[in-house]
Amino acid sequence: MSKTSRTAITMPAQAKKGSIIEIRAIAQHDMESGFRYTEGGKIIPRDIIRTFICTYNQVEVFKADFYPGIGANPLIIFTTIATETGVLEFKWSGDDGYEATNQARITVS
Amino acid sequence: MKVIMHPPTIQSRRLWLTRFKNMSFLLAGAWFSPLTVFAKKEDAAIAIQAITGGTKINQGRVTLVIPPLVENGNLVVLKVSVQSPMTATDYVKAIHVIAEGNPLPNIFTAYLTPRSGSANITTRVRLADSQTVWAIAQMSNGSFWQGSAETLVTLSACTEAI
Repeated sequence: MSKTSRTAITMPAQAKKGSIIEIRAIAQHDMESGFRYTEGGKIIPRDIIRTFICTYNQVEVFKADFYPGIGANPLIIFTTIATETGVLEFKWSGDDGYEATNQARITVS
Repeated sequence: MKVIMHPPTIQSRRLWLTRFKNMSFLLAGAWFSPLTVFAKKEDAAIAIQAITGGTKINQGRVTLVIPPLVENGNLVVLKVSVQSPMTATDYVKAIHVIAEGNPLPNIFTAYLTPRSGSANITTRVRLADSQTVWAIAQMSNGSFWQGSAETLVTLSACTEAI
């Protein structure tokens, strides 16, 4: 069973060559920690996003591992150098076959 | 009427008092138990050991920013930055964030490359308790640097039932 959800990327559409750009990536996800109980005393199984990968024209520039300590709807803000015009691809994957992708174009002058 | 009513009232009041006394002892025990506190720090030490593999960790270069007072531990903005030139020969390889008071001390690990440009990461984390949070940076030359921040959490994450 595969799942997916809404994601959003905020980053500049244009940048000067060699400048550092800030990227904000957010995914809609409960990030169920696996430490909570229902009223009946049953433990709620863990269901989280495990990894996040950002590639810039097919080259991996950033990766992160998430644990239950990350809050719901995980937001991560990181930086990269604008090297060339192209596409940045973002991929989240997690428990229960969760997978989500998003992409953004950047024009480098 | 009054004479008859009196003895039972005193009885029940005493009963209630003794019960309350026992309850408060239990509560105090759960609150101040040094054993549980120690166990949590041990977990964090194991997690750090797994990251570094026994390599010595230097103090400095890492700045961790979290609010000193947190009302709700479910969503805490955490910002970590590492001083590094971020060149192809000298850059930050990974940043590990460890919270010693969480049931699982690992919060996240970010893997950077020279193409990151700077080592600044912002995210939102869960904190289970008032505690010290550690950020450990692994440099490209294999050295480890750490920084920490203390915080006071009034409402814990991961205790509520649904």
